[in-house]
Amino acid sequence: MALNEAVMSVAVLEPGAVSIGISGDVTAACEQALMAAHEEATDAGAKLVILDFSGMDYMNSGGIGMLVTLLVRGQRRQQKLAAVGLTEHYRQIFELTRLDEAISLHNDAAQALASR
Amino acid sequence: MNAESPEQKVPRNVDSWAAKVDRLHVADNVREVGYNVEGKRVAGPMQGFGRLWQRIYTADLGTAVTPEKLVENWRAHFGEYWPSTGRFHGAVASIQPGNVAPLNAAGVATGVMVLYADDTSFTFLTPEGHMFAAMITFSGETVSDGSTVAQIRMLLRPSDPLWEAGWPMLQRGEDAFWLGTLRNLATDHGVPDAVIESETVCLDRKRIWKNWSNIWNNAGVGTAWHKVTTPFRRRKTDQAT
Repeated sequence: MALNEAVMSVAVLEPGAVSIGISGDVTAACEQALMAAHEEATDAGAKLVILDFSGMDYMNSGGIGMLVTLLVRGQRRQQKLAAVGLTEHYRQIFELTRLDEAISLHNDAAQALASR
Repeated sequence: MNAESPEQKVPRNVDSWAAKVDRLHVADNVREVGYNVEGKRVAGPMQGFGRLWQRIYTADLGTAVTPEKLVENWRAHFGEYWPSTGRFHGAVASIQPGNVAPLNAAGVATGVMVLYADDTSFTFLTPEGHMFAAMITFSGETVSDGSTVAQIRMLLRPSDPLWEAGWPMLQRGEDAFWLGTLRNLATDHGVPDAVIESETVCLDRKRIWKNWSNIWNNAGVGTAWHKVTTPFRRRKTDQAT
């Protein structure tokens, strides 16, 4: 299956709240790009990291594993993680894998910011 | 809902994922060996207790097989590649997303759920009580020199304080088991002398103390209790008939 390379874009939404927009295919192959984006978010003072999946085309189980690794890195830095823009299908995958117990799920960034 | 709403996108690999379930249920024909799985929830690495480890085992199979054919065979004969210390009570047919399979590992009755399966990989999640709260991915991929590499990649935390205390022994057992599995897989694909390697990295040294109570689901304790009480269950069944 041909993959669409994942692209990460980091944006400061509010002081202490940074969004990482994730578009393309999320697999273990984009771990380096995601960790680099997380470093950038941390350098920008993120206490809340919002992962925006609204541009995501596809995710496999390697992508879920990568999110576990990201979660550990975030917890080490006392950051909260939130996910927005997930389709109903991927929302259910987060619930099935119980990732939603550690990464809060919201419809959009405004809702994630309001939950702080 | 506008045209850009994520709810309207249908992922192209939707059939590769298991459907959402809250509790695991084993098929009737393996219920007798699935007593530590029936009714349990899955437990990913964040639901475990001990340190978080990433373990990777690889076997270089050269050009003997393509990744797709390798994974097709692996899914169809999964338990047959296991060393004799384990027994996999999977479906007769190939591994499919959503399957719940009881297994016996070194005398402990436990199981797995198939979270994901596609042409080149498949992934298990473990149930509560398993030695590890883990996500385990089996895959085949083509590397830069054109060789096919079989890989087992795990993210795992020992599930409770008892399993964490036994980690040094469990780790050695896991090494023997999965290296043996890869050796059998390689031999079956005509590469008995395949180069097999392993790598272990501790990703998080912190224990998750709020999950200490996972001990109540410990599959080792559950297995011992099941064995001790077997004669009483038999007597009850005999009396009923």
